[in-house]
Amino acid sequence: MTALLEVEDLKVAYGKIEAVKGISFSVEAGQVVTLIGTNGAGKTTTLRTLSGLLKPSGGRITFDGQPLSGVPAHKIVALGLAHSPEGRHIFPRLTIAENLLLGAFLRTDKAGIDKDVQRAYDLFPILGERRKQAAGTLSGGEQQMLAMGRALMSQPKLLMLDEPSMGLSPIMMQKIMATIAELKAGGTTILLVEQNAQAALSLADQGHVMEIGNIVLSGSGQDLLHDESVRKAYLGED
Amino acid sequence: MNTLPQQLANGLFLGSMYGLIAIGYTMVYGIVQLINFAHGEIFMTGGFGALTVWLWLPKGTSMWMAVPLMLIGGAIVSVLIAVGAERFAYRPLRGAPRLAPLITAIGLSLALQQIVFNLYPNAKSNRSFPQLPFGPYHLGSISIQSGDIFLIAAGAVCMTGLAFFVRTSRTGRAMQATAQDPDTARLMGINTDRIIVIAFAIGGLFAAVAGVSYGFKYGNVDYSMGFQAGLKAFTAAVLGGIGNIYGAMLGGVVLGLAEAMATAYISNIPGMEQFGGQAWASVWAFILLILVLLLRPQGLLGERVADRA
Repeated sequence: MTALLEVEDLKVAYGKIEAVKGISFSVEAGQVVTLIGTNGAGKTTTLRTLSGLLKPSGGRITFDGQPLSGVPAHKIVALGLAHSPEGRHIFPRLTIAENLLLGAFLRTDKAGIDKDVQRAYDLFPILGERRKQAAGTLSGGEQQMLAMGRALMSQPKLLMLDEPSMGLSPIMMQKIMATIAELKAGGTTILLVEQNAQAALSLADQGHVMEIGNIVLSGSGQDLLHDESVRKAYLGED
Repeated sequence: MNTLPQQLANGLFLGSMYGLIAIGYTMVYGIVQLINFAHGEIFMTGGFGALTVWLWLPKGTSMWMAVPLMLIGGAIVSVLIAVGAERFAYRPLRGAPRLAPLITAIGLSLALQQIVFNLYPNAKSNRSFPQLPFGPYHLGSISIQSGDIFLIAAGAVCMTGLAFFVRTSRTGRAMQATAQDPDTARLMGINTDRIIVIAFAIGGLFAAVAGVSYGFKYGNVDYSMGFQAGLKAFTAAVLGGIGNIYGAMLGGVVLGLAEAMATAYISNIPGMEQFGGQAWASVWAFILLILVLLLRPQGLLGERVADRA
């Protein structure tokens, strides 16, 4: 059986600067896989390339058996790959309800969309309470909930979350992480990029540590969590 | 006799035309941050497209038949030019420094003017435009010409139609999303290239309606009519808050009213006698623009919900 997402020797460059220097990893259906590493390691670049916003300069991406090279971003979503971008990027002047509907832009099953909007409100009750409010008026954590809810609206086979805990209060961060755990338990396949290595690794089946454009270490979430070099570099231990 | 109601009406009619043209500036700017300075010429070619249809029609065709055909003809010409400009002039420059598409727009504007000037039969002077066979009407002290009625009716239909479309349709929502965050819009599955084409097409359509209205209102069209009208409409778009379609409508009406008021009444102010009249209308319009830019640079409706980080 082949993996849902297969990344082979992926390279991405901004002009002459290579941000991702040939990485390979895969995500099996039902797994949570995390990419951890410091700022500038190439994690966000990797996700933006997977969703088609950036063009790779080399390597191969295969999603659900189909090569993604040359497929424009708006068609990649249609294949079942949803991306909740770093910095949340909700549509600030549209309402919460409209943001969620945009997540389901390519779907035509009205009843199913309504059901999934309701599911997002069940998952994040605060969104339901404020559904008619402009999304820009939400707090950072609430915007993160909206970004995740919106990404789920496309019924993705693979959900990519970029730094969902960035800039959030500890309580809000816990809430977001608990939601990711909930999604995992529900069988959602997730590719998670995080700087909060502790939280990400405790959730993940597989983890990869990135450093300046390369994957330097891979293993199960638990192995990495107990790996001495990881503890030193990313978990603040000495 | 009290001339105020008449001046207010004049301002409203003129403002409706500015607003119709301003929609094209504001929608395109809202989505691709480009000031399409060729938009005034898209308005002008809409007028000429309609005139061409009129000249093709057999003599004695009823105006009730002719007007819809003229509108369709004008719309086809304007939309094709607007969409063609996007596809062949602006799209290749996406991602280029801002100055490149701006210069391209100005070049396109001059090219379109000269093409009409040199190639359209007898376009070196004004071409007379057919007139609507009704009016003028008198409403108390206000006299309303047939062209004004057409303008205000067409303006109202277009504006409500657009507001309804943008607010309630799926494509309208996609347009708002693309304007607010194009990359994320793509992540939603929105083909943003298509949305950009739609924005240019709607702008072209509205410009054509304005161009036909201009013909009915003033009784003629000429190759250079897009220059002044385009500049005023651009002013209206900035005045209302560029990128905001309601702002374009409001900015148009405010600008039209300001022009009408200044034309009629400035000369009544002691010491300002020589600054009234039609000759100074544009000066006052642009002074208003400067004041708004100084005091409220985001325009009248340019307020934004804070994008929290």
